This record gives sequence, C-alpha cells and structure tokens, in this order.
Amino acid sequence: MFTRFVAPRLGWAIATIVLSTVLVFSAMQALPGDAATQILGQNATPEAVATLRRQLGLDQAPVARFVTWLGHALTGNFGTSLVSGQAVGPEVGRALLNTSFLAGVTILVGFSLAMVLGLVAGLFRDRWPDALISTVALVGMSVPEFIVATLLVLAFSITIPLFPAVVVAGQNATIGQLLPSMPLPALSLMFVAAAYIIRMMRTSVIDVMESDFVHTARLKGITTGRLVIRHVVPSAVLPTLNVVAMNIAWLIGGVVVVESIFNYPGMGSLMIRSVQSRDLPTILLITVIGAVTFVACNLLADLAATFLNPRLRYPRNSK
Amino acid sequence: MTSATISTETVQGTTGMIRSLIRVMRSILRSKSATLGFVLVILHVLLAVLAPLIAPGNPVKNNPAAVLQLPGGPFPLGTDTLGRDILSRTLYGGQYALAVSFTATALAVLLGTIIAGLAAYYGGWVDQLITRVLDSILAVPAILAMLVVVTVFGSGPWVIVLAVVIVYTGGVTRVVRAAAMDVMPKDFITAARARGEGVVYILSREVFPNILDVVLVEFAMRASWVVLLVSSLSFLGFGANPPTPDWGLMVAENRSLMAVVPLATLAPIVFLATLIVGLNLAADGLAKSLGIDRMKEILG
Repeated sequence: MFTRFVAPRLGWAIATIVLSTVLVFSAMQALPGDAATQILGQNATPEAVATLRRQLGLDQAPVARFVTWLGHALTGNFGTSLVSGQAVGPEVGRALLNTSFLAGVTILVGFSLAMVLGLVAGLFRDRWPDALISTVALVGMSVPEFIVATLLVLAFSITIPLFPAVVVAGQNATIGQLLPSMPLPALSLMFVAAAYIIRMMRTSVIDVMESDFVHTARLKGITTGRLVIRHVVPSAVLPTLNVVAMNIAWLIGGVVVVESIFNYPGMGSLMIRSVQSRDLPTILLITVIGAVTFVACNLLADLAATFLNPRLRYPRNSK
Repeated sequence: MTSATISTETVQGTTGMIRSLIRVMRSILRSKSATLGFVLVILHVLLAVLAPLIAPGNPVKNNPAAVLQLPGGPFPLGTDTLGRDILSRTLYGGQYALAVSFTATALAVLLGTIIAGLAAYYGGWVDQLITRVLDSILAVPAILAMLVVVTVFGSGPWVIVLAVVIVYTGGVTRVVRAAAMDVMPKDFITAARARGEGVVYILSREVFPNILDVVLVEFAMRASWVVLLVSSLSFLGFGANPPTPDWGLMVAENRSLMAVVPLATLAPIVFLATLIVGLNLAADGLAKSLGIDRMKEILG
C-alpha cells in the first residue's frame, strides 16, 4: 500500500517543493543589483562590494549558489537574513507561529461554522435560510479581504469602539499580547475563507439528500435528526474536505493583506517586507513553507479521499 | 435537468454555434440572479467607458482649496486629502480594474488552454513535465509570486498582467487539461489522427470546440478572482501607481480618514464589490446553463 500509493506521491511532492524554490530563486536572479549592493548602498566602493560579495558567496555562479543553499536547507540551515544579519530560521519561525495562531483560530471557528451553515443551507434548499446563507457566501466570495477588514474596522473600532484597529504589540509580541487584537483579523479571514466551504457543503448536502440511500433510510422511518447526523453529514463532509484543504493552503497567502492592514506580526507582513528589501534567504524560506503547506494539504486531501473511497485505491486500467 | 451545451460530439458549423449561443443566452435570462450578474457587469463596463463623459470633475487633479470636503455642491461624494473629486475617481476607477483584469484573464485562459491542449495531445512525459512545472508554480503562494514579479519587473499595467498570467495559467491548465483528456480518446480524434491531421488542426478544429463550455466558465470564474487579486495588489501598493484612479488604491489612501470622509472609502468599496458580485453571479449563471458544476471546476 505504502510503496504503491504513498511513496510516489511523496516523491512528487518533494520534487514540487524543490522546483518551486528553483522558480523563485531564478526570478530573484533577474533583479538588477544583488544583496551586496543592496546592503552597502549606492556609495560603496567597488572593492567593498567585491569583498562582501565574496563573503556572501555571491561571486559564485547562480547554479552553484542554489545547490549550496539547497544543501544547507536540507540540514535545516536557511541562511542569514540580508537585512537583520540574523539567522532566518528563528525569525520566520516566530512569524509562522503568529500566523499559525491566527490561521488556527480561523480554521477552527470559521470552518466549523461554515460547515454548519452549509449544512443548514443544503437542508433548507431554496427556502429563506438557504437564500440568506447563500447570499452571505456570495458576498464572502466577492469581497476582497481588504474590504472586509476595512468595513470591520469602520464598524467595530470606529463606530462602536470594541476592538483595536491595529496590533500595537511589536514584532516580538507573545501570543498573549496579540490575543486582544485577534478578533478583527480573524473575522476578516473567516468571512472570506468560509464562503467556498459553505457553498461546497451546501452542494454536497443537496447531492446526498437526493441519493438512494437517504430515500431508503427515510422509508425505513428514520427521524430527520438521526438521518442528518448518521448519514448526511458523514457523506457530505468528504467532498468538502478538498475545499477545506485548498483554503488552508490559501490562508498562507490570504493572510498577507489582513496582516498588513492590522499590522499583525506574521508571515504575511514579513513576506511584504522581505520582498521590498529583496531579502532572498527569507523569501526562499517563506516559499518553502508556502509550498510545503500547499503540497501537504493537497496530499492529505488526496489520501483522505482515497482511504475513505476504496474505489480510488487502485489505479484504473487505462483503455 | 435542462442544460444547454455548446459542445457536441461533432464539430458544428457557424449556424450551430449561433443557435447554441442563443440557447445559452435564453437559459441565462431565465435565471434572475444570472441576469442581475450580467446587468451589473455591463453597467460597470458602460460606466468605465463613459467615465470621461459623465464624471463631474478631473480624477487626478489636486485641489488644495477643497480638501476633505463633505458631499455637496460641485463634489457629489466629497473630496479626498488632496482635494480630488471622489465621484470622478470612483467612476474612472473601473477603467484600470476592468482593462487590466480582462486582458490578464483572457491571456491566462488562452495560454492555459493551449498548454492544456498540448499536454492532452502529446500525453506521456510531455504531459507529466507540464503538470509538474505548473504544480510548482501553483505551490508558490499567489501573492508572493505576484510580489516577486512586480519587484523584478517594476510596476505598471503590463507587469500586473504578466503577474496574473504567471499565477493563474497553472490553474486554468489543470481544469482545461482534464476536459481535454476526456475528449482525446473519442473516435473523431482517432479518425483525424488516422487522416494524418497535424497537432494544430486537431487541437483547434476538434478538441477546443468541444471544450469551449469549460473554457468559457473558466474565464468567467477567473475574471472575478483576478479583479479581486488586482485590487488587493493595488491596495498593498504593488499595483496601480498613484495618482491613477483605482479602487484598491483609493481604499488604501482614504481608509485612515474613514471617520472624516467615509464616502471616500465606501464609494470605491461599493463599486468594487458590485463588480465582483456581478462577475460571480454571471459565472454561476453561465456554468449552470452550460451544465458545469462550478465547485468541481474550482477543485480542478
């Protein structure tokens, strides 16, 4: 089972991650100037630039540098930030922790709420609860995070001053210090992320409700409550898992806007800063994290679908 | 289930295409929400095109004498910190959003469809290679990829178009490739191959006409995401350059003054939101009338 099914997918997953760092690395090579000129500024003497370039290993060919980076990365050493001069790992790690916390709250609260709303919409198909929930989902799909965030700030920190509009705690804030300013960023992310989950859940609930086994169960006189809990929910959640997986991968990118609006010290704001300062080691580590999340989510959704659906377990003979 | 489909098993003539088109249009007009969607989109296109005629003022001219005015007089929606007329900026704002998003979406869908066609036609290692490379692009967070492209090439409308094409072509290819793969084993393709037709003929005359419905839905769906992403990029300061009138940029410029001149932030928000709601409703309606499950397309 493992060698036949999991191993090749794992191999491809790793290849995908490495390839995506190659792409970002190559794109950054196209930038005029390099880290040495960036650090020393425009007035640096050519000798100083040449020395620093040697120190940073920038005098080597790009391919050689990438191989060196990859070798170090595999041992967990992602280099030093060109801006702060500190190891990239702990800095990105701290940001990742903050983002994971924000994303975790969003996933736990928002995704479960979305599943329930999708279920309700599906069960009350074409009646007013469905109309209401589907409209909310449509708006959630259609409104960018920066608009949701701006409107939430207008409502809950300007009109009714309930929550802070920005995080005042700095880069090194602990989770406890960040907690009071969490509601608005988390709500903004939830609203947008929930939309697709609501829709998918609604669609799959409607599909399941029309299936033969639900009719059979009804004919056997099962109560609606039991029917929903025992039969509808388990079958409807499965296709929704795919959308959930996609949304988790999306969160890594989606937090960028929300974090920058609320000044939340996570991966998103770090991403913007490191792109602006062309801090290649930090950008590469963020790429790795993003790619790992994307690949892992896809892989997990794929495996979950396979193990829950025996028909997919064996490759079909192609014609 | 009533669904009109453009694609059939054989290549249709122009009259057949027009007839299918009319059928799809009818089915869209039967749905209230789809009609609303198309009306919203058309309205936005009209407003953007007619902006020079209907806007009361100049969207980029600073007016130090009339800074942060409340609505009234010559400024129906008030002015921003630089004294620029908000209504004019909002009306002109659609031009950038629509032009950049439409061009970018069209190019991404075109390129994705061609790549998907080649992958499906050649199969084997070509298909594997294409799929793997595109997967790796998809694995880079979209915003990071766009930020890198903008940093490398500098900002400007064409750079944003390029960034969107890089980020979205992979997703389009995934979906269209799956559709093309379904068509490839059909008898009329085998027949065309046996006749000795080349790759260009088979793709353009046999494969693409039969997956046109998938491609159209893909275009409508991507368009709403692209408008969303392009405006987010402007909001972050990586998109439209000031003083370009752009909705994302306007929200970024004015949101710190929301308590003073709320309309400077709310007007672009309403315009942007109605455009994307319209695009989404239109995409839903189109998908439904073509008999395509939109959620399945999203999952690719």
